[in-house]
Amino acid sequence: MDPIHQFQIKNLLTFGHIGGAEIAFTNSALYMLIALAVIVALTIGATTSRALVPGRLQSVAEMSYEFIADTLRSSAGSEGMKFFPLVFSLFMFILVVNMIGLIPYTFTVTSHIIITASLALLVFTIVIAYGFWKNGLHFFKLFAPSGIPIILMPLIILIEVMSFLSRPLSHSLRLFANMLAGHITLKVFAGFITMLGAFGFFGWLGALVPFALVVAVTALEFLVAFLQAYVFAILTCIYLNDAIHPGH
Amino acid sequence: MDPVAAKYIGAGIACIGMGGAGVGVGTIFGHYLAAALRNPSAAQGQFGNLIFGFAVTEALGIFSLAIAFLLLYGV
Repeated sequence: MDPIHQFQIKNLLTFGHIGGAEIAFTNSALYMLIALAVIVALTIGATTSRALVPGRLQSVAEMSYEFIADTLRSSAGSEGMKFFPLVFSLFMFILVVNMIGLIPYTFTVTSHIIITASLALLVFTIVIAYGFWKNGLHFFKLFAPSGIPIILMPLIILIEVMSFLSRPLSHSLRLFANMLAGHITLKVFAGFITMLGAFGFFGWLGALVPFALVVAVTALEFLVAFLQAYVFAILTCIYLNDAIHPGH
Repeated sequence: MDPVAAKYIGAGIACIGMGGAGVGVGTIFGHYLAAALRNPSAAQGQFGNLIFGFAVTEALGIFSLAIAFLLLYGV
């Protein structure tokens, strides 16, 4: 009945030890591979027929392409389209992993901060590297918006630097905490059902209330799973826009 | 005070911060809805801004939740 138990990482195959670290194939890696297989099946498998009038699967693949392309074009401009593969892979990976995690008895890969922090640091590093590669030292104009009185400049620069440095933190924590909190809530309400069931017939009757709540929270979690993938993608677009056009 | 009790009380106090994020997210969606009802044709174009504002506001509530989780399971 421990709501944290579902996040346990288990070794499915242990290969050995390198240094003090254990090298193993875990359930987390297994679910990432499953997500990869689903994405490949959707994007490659559904578009091999290349029908002029798309079928059901092909239109899902085309709609997700259009959705991300529109988001990227509206927030980072047409120059940002060279980052489309990155944003689309991030969105599809997070979306599929979140959705798989909502199936009972499965494992949610994004409920571990190491996964989300790696993704957020990847975006953060790309923004810094591309910003300096494309703009050189003009990238620092990101921290000094134009039209600010010179008196206020030190304060503004301090705030901008702080907000820039806290980006990977909030970017990773948002996805991780949403997934963690949602799954804990589900398990806590599910625990209420069995607890009430211990009181016999009337307990099971009362357990209908938390059962209805579990159904409602599951529906909410499907919304959150999609919304967090979208939020991660749109924030990536906005951060990439800073690297492409640093002058605000 | 018993350190374990202090830990649980601290986690509970940390969760108060989420109320502020709740007010903020409610303000964002409420104002979006009010503006969308006044000018429905412009609503779709602002959806990205809506989600961005929601994400930035929600992050602050998530920070207090993270502190609560740290106190409960990390310390």
